[in-house]
Amino acid sequence: MYDMKALYEARSVGEAVALRLEHPQAKILAGGSDVLVQLREGRLAGMEFISIYGIDALRGVTIDEDENIRIGSLTSFSHITRDPIIQKYCNVLGEAVDQVGSPQIRNIGTIGGNTCNGVTSADSASTLHAWEAIIELTGKDGIRRLPIKDFYIKAGTVDIKPENGEIQTAILIPKESYENTYGHYIKYGMRNAMEIATLGCSVNVRLSEDKSIIERCRIAYGVAGPVPMRCPTSEALATGQRPSAELYEAFAKSVISDINPRNSWRSSKAFRQHIAVEMAGKCLEEAVRRAGGEA
Amino acid sequence: MSIAYKSEVRVDAFDKVTGRTKYYEDLIPADALYVRIKHAEIAHGFVKKIDTDAAEKIPGVVKVLTCFDVPDIPFPTAGHPWSMDPSHQDVADRYLLNQHVHYWGDDIAVVIAEDEVSASQGVRALKVEYEELPFVLDVLKAMEPGAPQLHEKYPNNILKHTSMTKGDYKKAIEEPGLIKVEGWYDTPTVQHCHIENHGCFAYEENGRMTVVSSTQIPHIIRRVVGQALGRSWGNIRIIKPYIGGGFGNKQDALYEPLCAWCCTQVGGRCVRVICSREETFVSNRVRHAMRIHLVTWLTPDGSIAARKVECFSNQGAYASHGHSICAKAMGSFAQHYPCAHMECDAYTVFTNRPTAGAMRGYGMPQASFADESNIEDCAEAVGMDPMEFRNKNIMPQGFVDGFSKNENFYDTYRECMAKGAAYVDYEKKRAEYANDTGPIRRGIGLATFWYNTGVYPISLETSSNRMLLNLDGTVTMQCGETEIGQGADTAYAQMTAEAIGLASYRDVNVVSCQDTDITPTGLGAYASRQTYMAGFSISQTAALLKEKILKHAQALTRQAPLNLDIVDGYVVRKDDNRRLMSLSELAMTVQYDPVNSDHITAESTYTIRNNAYSFGCTFAEVEVNIPMCKVTVTRMVNVHDCGRLINPALAEAQVHGGMSMAIGFGASEQLLFDERNGKPLNNNLLDYKLSTFMDHPRLEALFIENPEPTSPFGTKALGEPPACSGAPAIRNAIKQATGVAIDHIPINPQVLYAELVKAGVIHDEWQEV
Repeated sequence: MYDMKALYEARSVGEAVALRLEHPQAKILAGGSDVLVQLREGRLAGMEFISIYGIDALRGVTIDEDENIRIGSLTSFSHITRDPIIQKYCNVLGEAVDQVGSPQIRNIGTIGGNTCNGVTSADSASTLHAWEAIIELTGKDGIRRLPIKDFYIKAGTVDIKPENGEIQTAILIPKESYENTYGHYIKYGMRNAMEIATLGCSVNVRLSEDKSIIERCRIAYGVAGPVPMRCPTSEALATGQRPSAELYEAFAKSVISDINPRNSWRSSKAFRQHIAVEMAGKCLEEAVRRAGGEA
Repeated sequence: MSIAYKSEVRVDAFDKVTGRTKYYEDLIPADALYVRIKHAEIAHGFVKKIDTDAAEKIPGVVKVLTCFDVPDIPFPTAGHPWSMDPSHQDVADRYLLNQHVHYWGDDIAVVIAEDEVSASQGVRALKVEYEELPFVLDVLKAMEPGAPQLHEKYPNNILKHTSMTKGDYKKAIEEPGLIKVEGWYDTPTVQHCHIENHGCFAYEENGRMTVVSSTQIPHIIRRVVGQALGRSWGNIRIIKPYIGGGFGNKQDALYEPLCAWCCTQVGGRCVRVICSREETFVSNRVRHAMRIHLVTWLTPDGSIAARKVECFSNQGAYASHGHSICAKAMGSFAQHYPCAHMECDAYTVFTNRPTAGAMRGYGMPQASFADESNIEDCAEAVGMDPMEFRNKNIMPQGFVDGFSKNENFYDTYRECMAKGAAYVDYEKKRAEYANDTGPIRRGIGLATFWYNTGVYPISLETSSNRMLLNLDGTVTMQCGETEIGQGADTAYAQMTAEAIGLASYRDVNVVSCQDTDITPTGLGAYASRQTYMAGFSISQTAALLKEKILKHAQALTRQAPLNLDIVDGYVVRKDDNRRLMSLSELAMTVQYDPVNSDHITAESTYTIRNNAYSFGCTFAEVEVNIPMCKVTVTRMVNVHDCGRLINPALAEAQVHGGMSMAIGFGASEQLLFDERNGKPLNNNLLDYKLSTFMDHPRLEALFIENPEPTSPFGTKALGEPPACSGAPAIRNAIKQATGVAIDHIPINPQVLYAELVKAGVIHDEWQEV
């Protein structure tokens, strides 16, 4: 039994927008794997909810007319992992979301929910940052698109405007971002399953045609700061370089100047810094290997 | 052919696997009210006032009761047998609801409502005014002068201090040339994490109180509910259905007394208390965190000359099982590695943490971690192989403990270590892993443990049993030793069939549900006592039943009882093994005898005045990824001598479960508290790192079946022993892999990082700024 004041079920995006305008205080309910937990804890007790879970139009992965990978916001983690488009063009995203919670959570949890929570530990977030994903929101004035780095405002807060009836409808990965690009994600946890990330690191590279030069390198972290973050210093250091063990090491150490993890009871800052460095080097090495390069 | 000593399918397997088994929540009447508990949000202080107005106005709320409403009757909660000696009775320091808050999570009020949502809303609507007091979480700080005092009668928060001395420690350590190995060993507060949270429901019927509870100890709960409510014990009826595990948490009165009292406050209507996981972590029981100080003095040839042992046990807020756990831990040292000169002290100390009670191993996982870490370092100090050092110093065959009269009938420790070492190829691996120098380093570790069976002679050991011959020749059996998931019912069925002479264990109907109105009085499931203790009353009662059956058989077959036996469900003549009649035929004939009808039953109580050692060891192999600070347990093998195995498959499963607990204890589990306010930080299964399948290697169990001479079935403890030696074995394996001896658990990645930095194995130059 849940302590809800009301539950409204939207059958289409239009209905969801209308419901949101009508009930601006209502919480959006997608898979519910976070919201229902918070409700049970009493944090959202007595509130109104708009369920968008039944809107099948928001499910699935496609390539749109602009050749973006388009991931409907209600697409579940297990769907993303098994999706052929993701496996072909952005396999690392499928691998990252395959490390969320448990099989049951991965079946019910959605990528839209994972990003709209605005938490830094979300397993999809660092990879979506590293691949410069575009967030698509739909509201009363139509569609608004913004880069994921602008979508995250601060811990727990994202740029969605309930007063405009907005809901997140898709996550796009532009062709320029995924073409000839290969990545690797490492989730660091205190145990090997059912885990929230102590730190998440996602690196991707595009190599020159002869595989000898790193043409582009992008790295993003979860839990290295209040919101997922890129490391511009490290990216600049690796871009244009030949892959080598020395480069991986220099790249790894360089992340220290960009990241800002904190001390918490879950982990000390010093420990997070240490594994951030280790993970960066390993991720870059593996991303290069996947791109067909070698040190 | 023997029916015991075989791997048989559990009697409850099919219903449990298909979800048909009924647990307490499946039995709650539909109209039962919901009780939600308001838990204190300070670590120490007094409730000055609770404003209930808003809560009482919520639709659906039936009644709000606070710590100012409860009877002034302090009661004990420990699941110990009652003692007629007042000095041996458990400490009575609990009220149903408490004005004096002793920990963050203490029970201070309840809201009784028609539904769950109203009850929760009611709890949130309570406004509590506190007078806060300073609090203390650490066991040593709690003993310091000027520390916050929890209970008036216990100065320096010491619930109890006991000592044990042997020889002359002070003089012995003056011998020149001795090598000193000293350490402080810390173990964490952990929780049982049984699948089914505790809960219960209570109703009154014809002026009597019935409580149906997820408990391990129905007969003891009857006594505690009677004490807490000030009602006569016969007025209380406790029913224990199937339960989803307990591991000792449910060897305590948890919410049965409060639930029963709430029932009396709403006119006897049925009320339910269902603990959430968050409540289970904090407001039930936990394992005692211990800090153990060991000083071991070695002769250069590797003998232990003298030893000092100090155990400080963090009791938390209330006495619960009290000093018995720390006393057991301390008592093990002098037996595990006997030496001539010892000074041992045990302190059980109140702090403002959740109450510690019984948990699988009852002090031994803590003592084993300290003992086996120290022994490992002793071996290194004298340049001996760790197994060789243990073989030299560990309890010998023929050792007799003066207090319990326990005798080590076989050379169990050495046999277990030898079997395990051969199986895992210990010596070869130890030599091979010593050469690892890269980022991934392997290690193999060994640890042994001391254990015994049951609570004799400290407390009463008694077992009662009732058997009834059914008309189809099967036997219905009842006893007070409870099935709590471990498979006890199946072992009882096998033992009963064996003792009477039935064809199959399936011919025994073990009444799994204990009902104190019906079930013969017993103590319940704890102290690894079930199979051993029930074995006495089963064999005695089976003999009585058999005697009655054969007396009837004499009348019906004209044969002398001495020449009759029961084999495979038939009365047979021993001389020629001829089957004279089936038990069914006999039962039917006797039951429907128009002149002398009889239903054939037997009932008896056996008071057990024996205890039995149950020893073993763990071999653990690890791979340590040094840069990533990650330990992977790649292999784990336990070896046990628990006497003869009644059901080898169930024994193996029991060992696997204990090993899993040991992995969590050693590597990941720990209940954390906010130092600023005493609030628990991770009382949920996401943030409390219970180890998962993905953190386990394939678990392997080996046995040495030396028959226990004191047991009618040759068996002894196996419930708790498997949880005792895993953590130090992992610690010792990590030590071989990294060269770093870590004396506090859990050895999680963060701890490993700090220790590797301290030891200079990891060097992060940017940390020097």
